[in-house]
Amino acid sequence: MVPISYYLVLSAILFACGVAGFLIKRNIITIFMSIELMLNAVNLTFVTFAAQWQALSGYIFVFFVMVVAAAEAAVGFAIIIAVFRTRETLNVDRVNLLKL
Amino acid sequence: MLREASLLLGMHDSMNAGMFLLVAIIKIAITVGVLLTIVAYSVWLERKVVGHMQNRWGPTRVGPFGLLQPLADGIKFILKEDLTPPYVNRTLFILAPMLALVMALTSIALVPIGPNITVGSVTTPIQITGVETANNQPADIGIGLLIILGVTSLGVYGIALAGWSSNSKYSLLGALRASAQMISYEVALGLSLVGVLMVSGSFSLRTIVERQLGSPWHWNIFNGGWQIVAFFIYLMAAFAETNRIPFDLAEAETELVAGYHTEYSSMKFAMFFMAEYANMVTVACLASVMFLGGWSGPVFGPPILQSLLPILWFLARVFCFIFLYIWVRGTLPRFRYDQLMGFGWKFLLPLSIANILVTGLIVALRA
Amino acid sequence: MSHLILFLIFAALCVGGAINLLVQRHPINSALSLVLVTGSLALIYLLLGAEFVAAIQIIIYAGAVMVLFIFVIMLLNAGAEEETKGSRVAILLGVPGLILGLSTATWVLATRYPGPGSVIIGQLHGTAPGMGRLLFRDFLLPFEVTSVLILIAIMGAVVLARRGSD
Repeated sequence: MVPISYYLVLSAILFACGVAGFLIKRNIITIFMSIELMLNAVNLTFVTFAAQWQALSGYIFVFFVMVVAAAEAAVGFAIIIAVFRTRETLNVDRVNLLKL
Repeated sequence: MLREASLLLGMHDSMNAGMFLLVAIIKIAITVGVLLTIVAYSVWLERKVVGHMQNRWGPTRVGPFGLLQPLADGIKFILKEDLTPPYVNRTLFILAPMLALVMALTSIALVPIGPNITVGSVTTPIQITGVETANNQPADIGIGLLIILGVTSLGVYGIALAGWSSNSKYSLLGALRASAQMISYEVALGLSLVGVLMVSGSFSLRTIVERQLGSPWHWNIFNGGWQIVAFFIYLMAAFAETNRIPFDLAEAETELVAGYHTEYSSMKFAMFFMAEYANMVTVACLASVMFLGGWSGPVFGPPILQSLLPILWFLARVFCFIFLYIWVRGTLPRFRYDQLMGFGWKFLLPLSIANILVTGLIVALRA
Repeated sequence: MSHLILFLIFAALCVGGAINLLVQRHPINSALSLVLVTGSLALIYLLLGAEFVAAIQIIIYAGAVMVLFIFVIMLLNAGAEEETKGSRVAILLGVPGLILGLSTATWVLATRYPGPGSVIIGQLHGTAPGMGRLLFRDFLLPFEVTSVLILIAIMGAVVLARRGSD
């Protein structure tokens, strides 16, 4: 039997890694990946509590989070490709002026 | 610990965890051995059949009817120089064929090949992930079909990473095309199977087959579920998923040198080759299970024959499928890439959604 | 006991993948670490008894979203990351911030939920029929709204990524 707190600590570790990646990294795609890592960590928390309280609504929420993450990934990549076409760089530090 | 493992695997009391492990290992060894032999000899079958279709003999010299040709090819692959080009990404270069082969071989664990078989005092279903529960009822994973779809989705990684790590423009282009093709047709593949799911009411492959036992009229393409349109969508999507003619632009020799496996030689190339044929066998097994009644067929004779005949009927269906693949390969030209993508998104996808609607109507009217 | 061993193995894979995502400089290596994290998470969901969620985690995250990531990285041919002044400052502040946030969260969680949980390995609770019933009865409105959301995302992605000269 594994205590519930172990799963929650793992979720906290993954979320913290996601936040750190979001703050540290300079490549827009890696920042995006850190966002996905944060979403996964939150999914783990939802599934843990749904398993503990035997509430299927938790799993439904996880389903919706996954769907929204996929939609966000699609639109986010379209924006990244549009920005890349004009700025020719993926480094966020270089995309800091409204005019080229 | 063994008791918890028994709980995890949901086993019947008559078999403890140690015996279960032994039985599972034996099943895995037999299944993988048979699968790899089928893969090797489907290469031989393809060369013979395509040869005869082109009015020539195919392999005839190595052994009677060229039957030892796969053995000779295997020895050739092992003894060839394994060349790694200098500027490749080494880790991914070595990882990619392994990923492709692992994903191709994993799906066979979920496919039910027959009902229970009893050897001595041990009864087990003919399926690697099948367990024997109380009342002689075989059971398997509740989400078997979803796991097969997931493993098929993961198969894209082998190709994408092979093209990327090869550090060559032909490989990258071929990999991008092949990955885009595979993920596009995965949608049509999955949706064509939703009709069968609605009719069967379960993701478990064993339940889907057990609904179709009886006469051929009960198969899912006939009265079982009227999934004949879904069967043809599945067939076309499967051809595209396995990168076979007419959808093999990504690895066509005349277009892109050899696509994503241009830079590979010897055993790694053989692994891609094996992965392609193993994917064919997996798709054939899945089609037999979902649409053509699995192992249904006349069963007679002494108990040992009664256990083995379902395997024979299953293998007969798989053989028919592989023969169909080879037949189409020898006959049709290949699609251009834009025609291929247009076909997948603009024709197969709306057709499979329409099939789901009609199947829903049928299920509602039957209930 | 076996539950604990399995959990520790998959948790180690998750944390290793997450840290590798931060440490690697080329985005393709980070993407593959994220694939490993999502795969291990799917196995952890299976340990918790959520079989349907584990399957769709593999199909959607590891099989579609991450393939999209790898596709875009291959298409844009993004090179390894370069260090700028901003990134050095960020590492100086980010890593201690991470450790601080992590310790706080661990302390809070370990003191608030000290007892053993009630998750037994092998009890598969989140089955597909149950979730289907919930999705199409109690949560029908969010389900339909999500389908409209996906449609909008598809249209938005197609329009945004078009070449401007059309």
